[in-house]
Amino acid sequence: MKITLKIWRQKNKGDKGSFKEYKLDHVSPDMSFLEMLDVLNNELIVKGEESVAFDHDCREGICGMCSLYINGRPHGPQQTTTCQLHMRTFSDGETITIEPWRAKAFPVIKDLIVDRGAFDRIQQAGGYVSVNTGGVPDANVIPIPKKVADEAFDSAACIGCGACVAACKNASAMLFVSAKVSQLALLPQGKPERKERVEKMVAQMDAEGFGACTNTGACEAECPKAISLSNIARMNREYYGASFTSYEVVAKGED
Amino acid sequence: MKLDSKIPDGPLADKWTKHKFNLKLVNPANKRKYDIIVVGTGLAGASAAASLGELGYNVKAFCFQDSPRRAHSIAAQGGINAAKNYQNDGDSVHRLFYDTIKGGDYRAREGNVYRLAQVSVNIIDQCVAQGVPFAREYGGLLANRSFGGAQVSRTFYARGQTGQQLLLGAYSALNRQIANGKVKMYPRTEMLDLVLVDGKARGIIARDLVTGKIESHSAHAVLLCTGGYGNVFFLSTNAKGSNATAIWRAHKKGALFGNPCFTQIHPTCIPVSGDHQSKLTLMSESLRNDGRVWVPKTSRPGLKAKEAVNIPEVERDYFLERRYPSFGNLVPRDVASRNAKNMCDEGRGVGSGLAVFLDFSDAIKRDGKKVIEAKYGNLFDMYQQITGDNPYEVPMMIYPAVHYTMGGLWVDYNLMTTIPGLYALGEANFSDHGANRLGASALMQGLADGYFVIPYTIGDYLAGLSSEKVSTDRPEFKEALEKVNATLNKFLSIKGKKTVDQFHRELGLTMWDYCGMARNAEGLRKAKSKIQQLKAEFWQNVNVLGSSTELNQELEKAMRVADFMELGELMVDDALHREESCGGHFREESQTPDGEAQRKDDLFTYAAAWEYKGDNQPEELHKEELIFENVKLTQRSYK
Repeated sequence: MKITLKIWRQKNKGDKGSFKEYKLDHVSPDMSFLEMLDVLNNELIVKGEESVAFDHDCREGICGMCSLYINGRPHGPQQTTTCQLHMRTFSDGETITIEPWRAKAFPVIKDLIVDRGAFDRIQQAGGYVSVNTGGVPDANVIPIPKKVADEAFDSAACIGCGACVAACKNASAMLFVSAKVSQLALLPQGKPERKERVEKMVAQMDAEGFGACTNTGACEAECPKAISLSNIARMNREYYGASFTSYEVVAKGED
Repeated sequence: MKLDSKIPDGPLADKWTKHKFNLKLVNPANKRKYDIIVVGTGLAGASAAASLGELGYNVKAFCFQDSPRRAHSIAAQGGINAAKNYQNDGDSVHRLFYDTIKGGDYRAREGNVYRLAQVSVNIIDQCVAQGVPFAREYGGLLANRSFGGAQVSRTFYARGQTGQQLLLGAYSALNRQIANGKVKMYPRTEMLDLVLVDGKARGIIARDLVTGKIESHSAHAVLLCTGGYGNVFFLSTNAKGSNATAIWRAHKKGALFGNPCFTQIHPTCIPVSGDHQSKLTLMSESLRNDGRVWVPKTSRPGLKAKEAVNIPEVERDYFLERRYPSFGNLVPRDVASRNAKNMCDEGRGVGSGLAVFLDFSDAIKRDGKKVIEAKYGNLFDMYQQITGDNPYEVPMMIYPAVHYTMGGLWVDYNLMTTIPGLYALGEANFSDHGANRLGASALMQGLADGYFVIPYTIGDYLAGLSSEKVSTDRPEFKEALEKVNATLNKFLSIKGKKTVDQFHRELGLTMWDYCGMARNAEGLRKAKSKIQQLKAEFWQNVNVLGSSTELNQELEKAMRVADFMELGELMVDDALHREESCGGHFREESQTPDGEAQRKDDLFTYAAAWEYKGDNQPEELHKEELIFENVKLTQRSYK
């Protein structure tokens, strides 16, 4: 296959950045999308040009490190991670446009790499059950109905890649935040801290500069792990419930 | 050097309890005076950092990824073993211990493995308390499955994403300590050297991968939780970033390296599709519960999966079922891998020639598509996504791939390396799996080390150490920092003709051909000279562009590949010296008349621990004799 690539190149955070065009003549349909970029990078280095920086690690669709906004869609045309996308999805002669995630809360570090530290800070604000190592009850002391456990698992399957934010016209992080809030709100282990948790995580989400949710559902449509919009509905319920009955929470760094 | 494993005396079942009592404690008010560096945030690193933070120590945690949640533990699929005996099927701590020792082909320490089996039960309790959504039965209690040929159901799982859920649990505990201010997290930061002061590990040199800034960090102890070194082979199931730099630099500073040649090759991976291949994808071992492995009886070069359905039953060779009637397709990983290789060596491989079929047509006929879909749906989808073939209609093609390294830094019972104050946890150490790791035991060991071993053993060391901090202005730090800087600049100044990946691929091919599934003296000698040549060429002809004061992924790779080359050579040395077959290490010279691995217990019942002696000098071998008081050494048989 012959492919033309239009790739966003940006030297660093302060640089303005622009698209640059590259041509590849020998692309195998069996290549993964990232392997195609490996081939490009190898050619660039041999020519004395700097390689295109992009995030990736496990290359099996689970670590959430890879990103890329491909032809206007996060992770490209299929509902998978970019590392699981293969070149057979594209046609010979096609021009493919590759951009980084675009969101105020995800500043570009270089080329196609963005800083998703905001996601970690939201998790640090309350995405846990406060138990220390040791001194916990036997695992089977807490029975959990299979249906509840399965539903919690569906929420817990989020890989934190940020495609939901990239897909959203408001760059909202509601799907990401609600997945963790739901998982822990559903499980008995998470109940004692559920009010405080949702308030703190939402406060941190707002402090990071993510946009508001207007229920367009683009996040769910693009999520490679099929995290459902119903998580957002649950988080809204949790949040309103908590805001009537709990104390005021201040975002990290402001107290 | 005399290696002291520090295994406590007394009956096996009492060793850990007794040892815990004998370990010195650090007063709660004094814990805050001690700083601990944790490198790597996978299961071992995240659990250790969180637990030590909870105890009151000041922890600095480092990972090269953009978030601690990305560590490659996240990719583990199958499950985690624990001797809970919830299924009432005869499991016990002793049975898990016995299975692990036997599965490791009697090349692991009894004391360590018994402790692992003991604390396995605590791990499950801990993870459930954190909110890890394990699979459950309709009654609300935890579900188990049998895994990797085990005869009891002791594996806990979370669909095919057990590693992900356990890591997110440890990550949440870590996040809580970050929020509490007890752990300071350094993402996108890579350790490039270890710093010793007065012979003790007192800090690291690390590079901020975004700014390129090289920084010194001092502490009272350093924990390396950086995983395995399977990427020496270039193609493996490891993440692209997984590397050996931290443990290799520690090795060069004096930490002995244990059993470097013990590598696990996993039988069920998606075969290589071309020269562009960048990594190999594992298909869970559980597929062998229902899939039948076969090749045509006569050579059929280039046979496609679509054509396989036309091959009549009589022309198929179900070679695992034929050779191992009692275990069939469920033989251990090393046996399954080697047999697949033998078929391909005979010219009976399918597809590219380096693949065998894994066929579900009989299972679908027997149980119906629905049942198979419920069990393996996500794996079938993943297979189709990657290969374009539909495994409900045509057989899968599989081939073995490098998956896990049992070798690693030598550690004693306290998980301390031969450098005082330097610890290695999880896959980074060599301790518990002997020559072969059982399925669902890697997650168990990583979390055992981090949650339940290091919080006890590190206190014993720190209690005897002054809480006075060492300054990073000391000459030891400055010297190490300058050396790292010089190496980085050296890479940038070579301006050769070949890319880092080209060198890495060549190294990987050599390792795979001569130090992979089957090894012999002649091939290993050839590999050694090839690696030496490649190494020499690398330092003259590698091309790394850009600068060291910015994000530079080629530079990161160059550092890692330079270390892989040196480690690869040591793996070859170790494989050459161990003139026996055991577990994942198969020496063609040492096999039974019917072609099975033949151990030589009288000569090789020891752990090999290698000491670095300087650049391009042969390493010195030290032996830790393995003493078996509770199990009888037998030949593994799966006939």
